[in-house]
Amino acid sequence: MIRQIAAAFIFIGGTGSLHAAPLGLPPVPIPADNPQTPEKIALGDKLFHDQRISADGKVSCATCHEKSKAFTDHKPVSEGFKGLTGTRNAPTVINSAYMKTLFLDGREPDLEGQSKQPPVNPVEGGLPDHDAELAIIRNDPDYVTAFREVFGVDREHITMQEVSRAIASFERTIVAGDSPFDRYYYSGKKDAMDAAQVRGLKVFLEQGRCVSCHRIEQTQALFMDHRFHNIGVGFKRIRGKEAETAAAFLKSKHGGADIDHTVLTNRNMSEIGRFAVTENLTQVGAFKTPTLRNIEFTQPYMHDGSLETLEDVVDFYNNGGRVKDTDPVSAFLSGGIRPLDLSNGQKKDLVAFLRALTSPSVKAQVNSGGNTP
Amino acid sequence: MSRIDRREFLKRGGALLAASSLPLSLVDVAFGKTSEQNFTFAYISDSHLTHLKGREFVRNWDRGLIRAIAEANLMDPRPDFVFYGGDIAQLGKPEEIDHGLELLGALRGDVHYVMGEHDYYLDLGEHWRKRLGPDHYSFDHKGVHFVVLNSIRTFDDWTYKRWPSGAERMHQMARLDNPQGSPFMVGEQQRAWLKDDLDKVSKDTPLVVMSHSPLQKIYKGWNFWTEDAEQVQALLKPFKKVNVLYGHVHQIQTNQIGNISFNAAMATAWPWPYPATYKQQASYLPRLTVNMNRADPFFERDATGWQFINLHTGRVDVNYLLPGNQNRVVAWDDKAGRPADTQFQDTASRIPPQTHY
Repeated sequence: MIRQIAAAFIFIGGTGSLHAAPLGLPPVPIPADNPQTPEKIALGDKLFHDQRISADGKVSCATCHEKSKAFTDHKPVSEGFKGLTGTRNAPTVINSAYMKTLFLDGREPDLEGQSKQPPVNPVEGGLPDHDAELAIIRNDPDYVTAFREVFGVDREHITMQEVSRAIASFERTIVAGDSPFDRYYYSGKKDAMDAAQVRGLKVFLEQGRCVSCHRIEQTQALFMDHRFHNIGVGFKRIRGKEAETAAAFLKSKHGGADIDHTVLTNRNMSEIGRFAVTENLTQVGAFKTPTLRNIEFTQPYMHDGSLETLEDVVDFYNNGGRVKDTDPVSAFLSGGIRPLDLSNGQKKDLVAFLRALTSPSVKAQVNSGGNTP
Repeated sequence: MSRIDRREFLKRGGALLAASSLPLSLVDVAFGKTSEQNFTFAYISDSHLTHLKGREFVRNWDRGLIRAIAEANLMDPRPDFVFYGGDIAQLGKPEEIDHGLELLGALRGDVHYVMGEHDYYLDLGEHWRKRLGPDHYSFDHKGVHFVVLNSIRTFDDWTYKRWPSGAERMHQMARLDNPQGSPFMVGEQQRAWLKDDLDKVSKDTPLVVMSHSPLQKIYKGWNFWTEDAEQVQALLKPFKKVNVLYGHVHQIQTNQIGNISFNAAMATAWPWPYPATYKQQASYLPRLTVNMNRADPFFERDATGWQFINLHTGRVDVNYLLPGNQNRVVAWDDKAGRPADTQFQDTASRIPPQTHY
């Protein structure tokens, strides 16, 4: 399936020509210093699925980003080596090629930067450092051959740059559009969505206020805004302790601690969100807007995986960023979040619409357990 | 705090202050030479809390103040105190002022208050003064003399004889471009008090003057104006370093008139655009570097914010915290002899104004 997507939508044979993007999506942005080639994509595919690149030999990228689960893991927070758990919900890799920052707090600027972190995170891959990761790769003659062919480097000169570029190239092939919504909205097929979904789109665009962050443009829709918002998720954990949590985080960061390690191993510090990266007081508890495409298969939801169903998510927004409408409101709440006063019918329609964002290719992967093209 | 402690603090744990994107050179200036006069205070203004009925208030304005308080409470090291720049209330109602003070009670540290016209014109400040004390006062802090003025009074005739009720008077003063409005002023009585107060202060002492309206004339139709500004400025003229900080305008403004530096506060409630008519008053034109565009109506905090002030060697640097937008710093520029935006002063790096069709 993956190669099929690659063949259909991405650069072919390194000629540099761009093929049509899936319906509803813009062309995949490819960095000038990391052009797509079929060989590089295949190498990235192998690295992505290689469980040897972890402390116990059981964790790969695909452990938390599994094709049969729409490139998520269906767990509230991810499980790494020895069953250790992190603090955040694994976002889907599908369409991550369009993201302008990576990770839920945007701490890496691109896919190349992102894939370097998990193998050496103490609750994910668990490797002590990148040297250990490279040693595993250099000890596999097939990898040595592949890196020579793709990057022209010999065994000793394989670095994290080549490894991360190969993985990023593979991830840039994992794109999916052509959902019922796309066919309804961009191809004018009025029967592509059912009546409830059409009503749900209206809620999405109007009273639900969803579209302000989960954007739909005139010719394409990424359902994200590349920004960071505090929507009220998870703040209860540090409520009343924001100042001490932020101060303790900064003390640790300025003392040399790795952000990636800190936010994934300390549940309280995880909740300071984008602030961990920018140290901007206005970004405490702010997390990146995720895409909504294929959301039907990426449960549970929110940065901490705290909401199980799409119905829960809609209720959360309807309550103005609260699980229950009697819960306190976060003092740091984004100005875009407020009670929506949606009726039960509108809420059902909205959920129906969210299910219209599923790509047929993703649905086929999920239904076949990841084995059908 | 000794110089070394403070610098060390900034480098490591004191992160939040450093975090506010102070250029390193500025930190050196701020904490290098005369550290006994260097300190920081937070400055929150213009919340316009609006009473609906019973215990109900307009959510948007409440959230703005609550968020600014929560963010200010994160500052580490703590600011020496907080200034509230006026207009807690929208229509001067005791419910609004009480509600605001209840919310502001969550601030860590002492708060000094400035009277705004929205706090004043219903009952001529009676409830405000009952809760907060005098509306003009002064105090000294770490070698700096602070003066707080009630700059939003106006002609007695307008105040006492024109209107059938306090509520009507408040509504009239709340309107923009109101032909029946009246310009703000400090007034003769307070100017006499100010003269007395300043007579006791050495001319080398840095002054910080807090007012609600600008103590300069910018735009009369919106009362971005103080009628007796020149007379107040004359009283400030003998001092070497004078900093005027004001609210009311809900936008970033900076200006230098003679020895007096002017800086404005953002509102926690809503932004005002820069009136095009600024251009008509060349002599008082504040230096505009980034235009206030219309706020995104979805993000209720867009184009609002709060600020903290670094006082160093008697000069004021204003750090604007702007939710959802890039924070900005308007700092004293010693070479230019005036405050300047640290990022956008250069013509090439300015953000062009939005074009309206």
